[in-house]
Parts: sequence; C-alpha cells; structure tokens
Amino acid sequence: MSDMTFHGYRRENGRVGIRNHVIILPLDDLSNAACEAVANNIKGTLALPHHYGRLQFGEDLDLHFRTLIGTGANPNVAAVVVIGIEPGWTGRVVEGIAATGKPVQGFAIERNGDLKTIMDASRVAQKYAQWASELKRVECPVSDLWVSVKCGESDTTSGLGSNPTVGNFIDKMDPRGVTSCFGETSEITGAEMVCKERAATPEAAQKFIATWNAYNEMIERHKTNDLSESQPTKGNIEGGLTTIEEKAFGNLEKIGRKTRYVDVLKPAETPASGPGLYFMDTSSAAAECVTLQAAAGFAVHLFPTGQGNVIGNPIEPVIKLTANPRTAREMSEHIDLDVSGILRREMNYDEAGDALIDITMRVCNGRLTCAEALGHREFVMTKLYQSA
Amino acid sequence: MSTPHFLVHNSKDTVGVAAVEGIEAGQELQGWVMDTDATITVKALDSIPLGHKVALRDMASGDTVIKYGHDIGRTIAAIKKGGHVHVHNTKTKRW
Repeated sequence: MSDMTFHGYRRENGRVGIRNHVIILPLDDLSNAACEAVANNIKGTLALPHHYGRLQFGEDLDLHFRTLIGTGANPNVAAVVVIGIEPGWTGRVVEGIAATGKPVQGFAIERNGDLKTIMDASRVAQKYAQWASELKRVECPVSDLWVSVKCGESDTTSGLGSNPTVGNFIDKMDPRGVTSCFGETSEITGAEMVCKERAATPEAAQKFIATWNAYNEMIERHKTNDLSESQPTKGNIEGGLTTIEEKAFGNLEKIGRKTRYVDVLKPAETPASGPGLYFMDTSSAAAECVTLQAAAGFAVHLFPTGQGNVIGNPIEPVIKLTANPRTAREMSEHIDLDVSGILRREMNYDEAGDALIDITMRVCNGRLTCAEALGHREFVMTKLYQSA
Repeated sequence: MSTPHFLVHNSKDTVGVAAVEGIEAGQELQGWVMDTDATITVKALDSIPLGHKVALRDMASGDTVIKYGHDIGRTIAAIKKGGHVHVHNTKTKRW
C-alpha cells in the first residue's frame, strides 16, 4: 500500500484538497446577511456565517484572524469572497488568504450598503464558481493528505472500538507521510502524563504539558463544580462514561499505539514541522475543535462517536464511525463506518483500521460523507474571552 | 468464546464494560480480557446497560477504580463484584 494515491485538487501553493468549495466568508457577525444573500444568488457557493469579529483584541483577535484566514486558505477551498463591515480588517483577511495564490476578493459594506455589496460580490462569486467548476482532480500521493481526528458524544464503546480504529489508521498512515492532528486539551485530563510520554521530542512533551496546565488552570478558575455533565457530558454519562479520567484514556486511543506527536500547535495554527502527528490546543466541543483543525489546513476529519454526535463542517468532510451497535442501528444515516463488530469479536482493530482507510480514501476521491449529505455545516469560531 | 457479554481492556482492570444490550441482575456473564485474551465470568448483581461498567471485584468506598490499566477515579460507596459502577458510586479525582 506504499503507492496509495487519491484524486484531489492541487492548489496554487501545492497543498491538496478533496473538495472544491467557493466560500463567501463574513469578517464579522454584521456581514452574515450579505454573505448568505450572495450564496443564495450564486449556486455552487457556500456562506459561512458566524457570531464574532467585532471589538475583539489581543490573542483572541489573533485567533479570529487565524481562523478566518486559515479557513479561506484550506485546500478544500478553491476561491473566496470576503465581506466585512469595513475595509480595514476585511483587507487583512483577503491578504492572508491571497498568500496561498488562490483567487480572493474583499467587499466592505460601509459606504455601499448591503444591496450594492451583494451585487458586486455576487458578480465576483459567479466568476469564481464557474472557474472552479472546471478545475480537475489529479492523482496525488497519500503523503499529500492532511487528516484531523476528534471524537464526540463518546461512550465506553468509543474507547473499546471506534477510537482504537482511528488509532490503527494513524499507526498505518503516519509512516506513509500523512500529516495528522488530534486535540481536545481538557479531555486529556487524567491521562496527561501518558500523553506527555507520547511526544517525539522532550521539547514537544514540555510544550504539551504547559498547554495542558494552562487549560486546566482556566477550568479551575471558572468551575463551579466538578464539571459533571459538562466534561463528561450528559450524553457521555448516559453511555456509561463515569469520569473525565476514563474519558481521557478512551480519547487517547485515537493516536494509536506507536505514533508519536512531533509538535504542539496553537488553536488553528498550521503545522510547519513537516509530516507527522500534531497535538493542537483546542476545546473538546466538536464543532469548535473541527473548525480550528479545518482552519489549520486539514482536509478530511475522522470522527468516532459512541452515543451519536451528528456534527459536520462546511469545508472539511467529517467521516463518522461508531462501535456502539445501538447507535449504528438507530442513527445509521449519520454513520459512515460501523465497527460494532469489534464488540462482538467479529472484527479486530486491524480489519477495522483497514475499513476506515478504505472509506477515507473513497471520501477523499469524492464520496459524500453522511454529514455532507445531511447538510451538517457547523462552523463555530473559538472565542478566548470577552470582547472590549 | 462467541459474543462476550462484557469486555475488559487490561488484566489489571477492576471493571468491565457491557458489550451487549439488556444484561439483567442475576445473569452469568462471560467477559473477554482484551490484552491477555483470557475469558472470565461474573454474576451480574444489577442490570447493566450497554456500555456501562460492571465491578470485577468487591470494592470499598474510597478505592481507586482501574480501567485501561490506569486510575479512572474513586468509589464513593462500597461496590460488590457484579455491581453496576457509575456516577452513583464513582467520582473523578480531578476538578
């Protein structure tokens, strides 16, 4: 399988995408209406409304720009129209995305109003959509693939079946030069010393534990109880997970048995140390985490679930797998891969991992995921603290 | 063994996980210990829903619960072998 390939869209900067979106990206909450109007006018484009972008400052503002620029820069995106209330910050997002070499243009609403902005932006969006429709998929080595992983509405079947299946995938794909990413800082709690030992270098280990400590201090500062029903969630508890420690050891099964992480990323930070596994500092909330991973440039997401989280992402296809036979039966329209055979001893991790590689390559070649078919496009910006 | 009633990650674990639906109190359960490939049996004292944990030994209040071969919290009540282990008798040691 060393010559494993897929057919993707090679972008101007060399990165490879598996989708060909033209997105209409709001700088701020005020520009959502205009973006949605443009996306309604021009078929084959997609608006990404969100709640923020006004009066943010410091590290929180840096993260806002990093997320928006990274989303536009993601190789699953062919071209971008940016709309903001004013031209200054709008231009900053346009400039950041333009560094990839892909087509991008910005529009500001002040001095124009929504209607003129929508007309001008729609003309450009139409040009982009028709241009993108002629781009062709080309054969690419699997080492061009960037894969993110995050689990959600986990239960004990996650740690028994679906998470180790993702781990098997990572152990098999890491030696093939795939770039991959896991996160969920709070959800390593209880297993943080085990996770620290999985670093490839002492520097990465130090960086991980400093990141985990900072997140844990934030929780200690704001908590009003032991976080029961928040972390683990009510759904986790329903599924049999009792403590954060139990959830953490199940979570870590996703990084396999032998793969080591090469570096630690800030939220939405693009990996810069070459292929390999990365840890990213993220919330454990599904849409927040996947949005940050997509903004870092990851092209396809593996999402093991126990009780049945239904998340998708507008630009990064989310592949769902479960080992919970009840979820596979009752929520089958959300499940791309059923590995519940692991619990019945009908399937081992090696077979489940191969099945996950197979469905992932099919999705990379164009197969719609369940979340895409059902229209799940959760785009949730992470906000670090209050706006000014 | 065909389909096990419960699975155990690690031979050091003090709990197993129900892998089938509808386990009732009084039922004799067969479990598969995944790291050693051993088979063990436990009699369920409570009904154990799919994915929930069953005690593999008697535990006193305050004992550490072991799963994945690691500490996953402490008991806050005594639990008999075969009993249901969950939030009513087990808590995190964090937060």
